[in-house]
Amino acid sequence: MTDATLTQTGREPRSAGALIGRRLLRWGLYALLCLFALYYLLPLFVMLTTSLKSLEEIRTGSLVALPREVTFDAWGKAWSGACTGIQCEGLRPFFWNSVMMAVPGVLLSTLIGALNGYIFAQWRFRGANLFFAFLLFGCFIPFQVVLLPMARMLGIFGLAGTIPGLIFVHTIYGLGFTTLFFRNYYVTIPHELVRAAKIDGAGFFRIFWSIFLPLSLPIAVVTIIWQFTQIWNDFLFGVSFSSAGSQPITVALNNIVNSTTGVKEYNVDMAAAIIAGLPTLFVYIVAGKYFIRGLTAGSVKG
Amino acid sequence: MAPILDIKHLYKNYGSTEILKDINVTIEKGDFLVLVGPSGCGKSTLLNCIAGLEEITSGSIEIDGRDMTHVSPKDRDIAMVFQSYALYPTMSVAKNITFGMKVRGISQEEQDRKLAAVAKQLQIEQLLKRRPGQLSGGQRQRVAMGRALVRDPALFLFDEPLSNLDAKLRVEMRSEIKKLHHRLGASMVYVTHDQIEAMTLATKIVVMKGGVIQQIGTPSEIYNHPANTFVADFMGSPPMNLIPARAHSEGNGTKLEIDREGLEPIFLDVPRKDLPGDVVVGVRPEDLAEAGYRSGDTVQRAAIRVDMVEPAGADTFVTTHMGGKMITARLHAETVAHPGEMLDLEFDLEKVTFFEPTSGQRI
Repeated sequence: MTDATLTQTGREPRSAGALIGRRLLRWGLYALLCLFALYYLLPLFVMLTTSLKSLEEIRTGSLVALPREVTFDAWGKAWSGACTGIQCEGLRPFFWNSVMMAVPGVLLSTLIGALNGYIFAQWRFRGANLFFAFLLFGCFIPFQVVLLPMARMLGIFGLAGTIPGLIFVHTIYGLGFTTLFFRNYYVTIPHELVRAAKIDGAGFFRIFWSIFLPLSLPIAVVTIIWQFTQIWNDFLFGVSFSSAGSQPITVALNNIVNSTTGVKEYNVDMAAAIIAGLPTLFVYIVAGKYFIRGLTAGSVKG
Repeated sequence: MAPILDIKHLYKNYGSTEILKDINVTIEKGDFLVLVGPSGCGKSTLLNCIAGLEEITSGSIEIDGRDMTHVSPKDRDIAMVFQSYALYPTMSVAKNITFGMKVRGISQEEQDRKLAAVAKQLQIEQLLKRRPGQLSGGQRQRVAMGRALVRDPALFLFDEPLSNLDAKLRVEMRSEIKKLHHRLGASMVYVTHDQIEAMTLATKIVVMKGGVIQQIGTPSEIYNHPANTFVADFMGSPPMNLIPARAHSEGNGTKLEIDREGLEPIFLDVPRKDLPGDVVVGVRPEDLAEAGYRSGDTVQRAAIRVDMVEPAGADTFVTTHMGGKMITARLHAETVAHPGEMLDLEFDLEKVTFFEPTSGQRI
């Protein structure tokens, strides 16, 4: 948020006028960027401060003011006491629902996507382009369209309203993107690698396991972040295909915010929203540098 | 003894496109076969067919007396060195070399023993713990060779292994491969587009164009008796001069008449009777010499007008025009010649090859 670090560009300015012009442009850019940063960060600021205030203070004070007295009561209530309908256990059970749904969902869709990408990039078969086009189409299907058929299918499989059912749905609808990511990454790896391994006697899975997977860390991180964000933040599938015991945190958050009677507990709502968003934030912070690296990394030298 | 590699009537199509047409090649144990030709001639495809990496459309491939036509690459008793080296990026050099043995379930002691032997032979012992990414081009090349050597196959396959190296290193590695071939007495098939590599390495050369074998022969056969104008033009640097001429029967020989722009035609007497009216005369640049350097009945002198002089250190290249074509002569370094002046050259007609102008075939 600081605008003090103005770096010298190293090139010699042509004249004093040009120098001033460039300085002005630079400052203008910084001002604009700060404005946008403020625009994005202000809601977070309001959420964070509101979640740390007492209800009394919220009612009397200003929206953007810092809390006079910091209290974590709202966080405690959001985690283990807030009511989602008739049940008042807070977000905790739903948080674990989400973890149990997101972790297998992310791992499965990433692993299958890697295998698919490996096939599309390195083991071309007749009709591969058509199959790939279909898979890509899967990336752009509006999910509302598949709700009813998917509900029917989950019913047939006996997975309706269960966490495995949600894992299944998220794995299927994640495959389009995960396959695309891995395929585009593996395409940059020379085919001669597979040929050399074939002559060395390695088969399809051996080559995938020993040569391609170890190469995949950057793109795997990208895929995991992408999938985790998608699955964790998903509301539509969560609300459609879950039952009382298997709702993910996004659905629970909605219920907390909507099921208050009497006084609206803004501090609890805000704390709950932040709790629901923390895991994705955490994943970005831990793996963020790989994310950028993976998006920009192209070919593998060697 | 059965030939180490025997290819009979091999055809390869992609859809309706014929990539390789009726390929027949045989090599004996210890041969160094070089497949050479311009890019797109099918030489790499042929190598991949031998390796089993490409299915062939028809024909047969035998390696070391066994029919390998439909056998998978790993069971063909071959090893291959690739243009991009194709080293496994995440494995150490040692793991790269032993990967094949590991896949085949060879015991750890055996792996270690073979790895040590190959590393010593190629002088890469100090590199074994490194990753391919930490090696220079030449070192990677050595590791790729090591991976092939450790296999101890019936047949080595090389797919343009030197084309990613800089010029100096390429010459170095070239002689190293040659030494390796001598030392091991191994049979090798080597693909290159570089005709000098072909000449220096091969015991047998296959020149290809458009999926068809143009000529098979020893380097000297290919160089001195090219089967057609394509081979004549492709092999040799600078290439063979191909001069259109008219042949007039005269006594028990033939008089060749070569037109020149703005000058009298050149007449040369050839002791042959079998030439058609129009011929293409193929002369290597080194068979055009300054007056006085060659002797014998077959040497004939003619004055030419010098277009350009290119001193190249060891030689001086002089170009002129004859029969509408640019002609290069490889002369001694100390030759004194000036553009626009006349210079006496001697044609060594014993070394001349004649081609039919339309088909390009040798007469």
